[in-house]
Amino acid sequence: MKEGWEVIIGMEIHAQLATETKIFCGCATSFGHDPNTNTCPVCLGLPGALPVLNEKVVELGAKAALALGLEVQETSIFSRKNYFYPDLPKGYQISQYDKPFSANGILTIMTAERDEHGRAKEFKPMQIRIERMHLEEDAGKNVHEGLPDVDKFSYIDLNRAGTPLGEIVTKADFRSSWQAYDYVNHVRRALQWVGASDADMEKGNLRCEANVSVRKIGETGFRNKVELKNLNSVRFMQKAIEYEIERQIEAHESGEGVNQETRLWDEKNNKTRVMRSKEDAHDYRYFPEPDLQPLVVSSEFIAKIKSEMPELPDAMRDRFMQEYGLSFADASQLVLEKDLAAFYETTAKASGNPRVSANFILSELIRELNNAGKTATESPLSAENLAELIKTLDAGKINNNQAKEVLVEMFNSGKTADAVIKEKGFEQISDTSAIEKIVDEIIANNENQVTAYRGGNEKLFGFFVGQVMKASQGKANPKVVNEILKSKL
Amino acid sequence: MDVRQVAKLAHLEITDEEVAIYTPQMKNIVAYVEQLNELDTSNVEPMLGGLTPEGETTNAIREDIPHQSLGQEKALSQAPSAVAGHFQVPKVL
Repeated sequence: MKEGWEVIIGMEIHAQLATETKIFCGCATSFGHDPNTNTCPVCLGLPGALPVLNEKVVELGAKAALALGLEVQETSIFSRKNYFYPDLPKGYQISQYDKPFSANGILTIMTAERDEHGRAKEFKPMQIRIERMHLEEDAGKNVHEGLPDVDKFSYIDLNRAGTPLGEIVTKADFRSSWQAYDYVNHVRRALQWVGASDADMEKGNLRCEANVSVRKIGETGFRNKVELKNLNSVRFMQKAIEYEIERQIEAHESGEGVNQETRLWDEKNNKTRVMRSKEDAHDYRYFPEPDLQPLVVSSEFIAKIKSEMPELPDAMRDRFMQEYGLSFADASQLVLEKDLAAFYETTAKASGNPRVSANFILSELIRELNNAGKTATESPLSAENLAELIKTLDAGKINNNQAKEVLVEMFNSGKTADAVIKEKGFEQISDTSAIEKIVDEIIANNENQVTAYRGGNEKLFGFFVGQVMKASQGKANPKVVNEILKSKL
Repeated sequence: MDVRQVAKLAHLEITDEEVAIYTPQMKNIVAYVEQLNELDTSNVEPMLGGLTPEGETTNAIREDIPHQSLGQEKALSQAPSAVAGHFQVPKVL
């Protein structure tokens, strides 16, 4: 960013809650059906149809709120947000306004600036104030392509209308695009972790918007802000913010100024463009939705949800560091996905060697999973089998490089460690009598070297080890070889 | 009372003559409702949502179980214009 300027960013995230049915009717929320099939009088906005709240929305909303450090409010109120758009059949969206479902969140995220290659510098904790997460219904989908006369007509599919959303709104606490980037990833993982949302941006069940403005360092007020939309991935969002920072600083410095407007990220041209100006800003005329009761959430209900919540990623990361002696970086990487974290913990416990478990999973297993396009739960190599492999390694039956080779084969074939080790002939000889026999032979056949060694040339020890290893075709356990050689020489 | 603004928000087109007619009418309506402001309601909880005939608050919530939807054909049957399974509307962007 140009010297002397700073950026102010606030984030809004819409997350689809992972229910079977819509928020106010029993139509399925599933994806990929023929247009307008999952519709009924409620989500079509037909006269006289009445909304009834889905209890699962309350449960998942509470889980999401708690995972983001928000307080679930005892009473919240649904309100009508009035505007006309073809994808909104009732002419209003049922949302929440002055009494949202949850509020007053403080979330600690880990964030780092990146170098020009996108590599993270040092991750540091940062507190983000989350103003609220309210519940609302999604609109339908506008189709502008692939149908007749799209220059004259638009087309509407209401399958998505009425899908439950949690809208998560932060204070303008971000001061860089990477902070916003790390925040969205944090939220995405938190929602997936507690099962509140699939939070998949590609499928559109997590959508984010960034409110961006810049100001001279030292200024206390805010300059005009721009709302960025069409951010279809976290990376696009980060790029769009960077672009916008430069554009706005330039516009201020040239005297042209920045308009308060909505801009879309154009991923083909790597720039933002105007969608609509705030001059015709909507007047939503919110008022309480008379067709719905206030939503009352008891403290007993919240206590029950809390008791059902899994250990959250940050807590798990800290525990991994304490309990298993892992570094911050390793522990953080293991808790990037819940399945991976569970895989690690099973391996660590079953193998009795948490550090080697972490090394093998983070370097070897993740590479194999990525190559195969699989998640930890889909791994053909089970945590239990990996633990057996690590035990075999720790017992000195195979060496580290062999273990890595065995791991790949176990991953590809799904076989156990023992089976692969036998197949590859990696089994180390730890049987002392077998090694003693080899050592005796080597000593007998190398009289000159033995005399020299005993005369003080200790460097020759390595020669004997080499000979024994060669004679055993590399299978002798080096530890045992060392011990026996020392005693016999 | 800006009748033009209210009409715009409601997507209604009104003529200057109609503005002249509606402005005093709407003023009267608002003035009538404003009588409620004479009451001191500072200690009264706002009532939101409905009550049962017995005066108790209702608790309408449903399980997350799919019902039979209308399906495409029925959903579109009352649309002024439907094409290829979609509602067809004037161009928006």
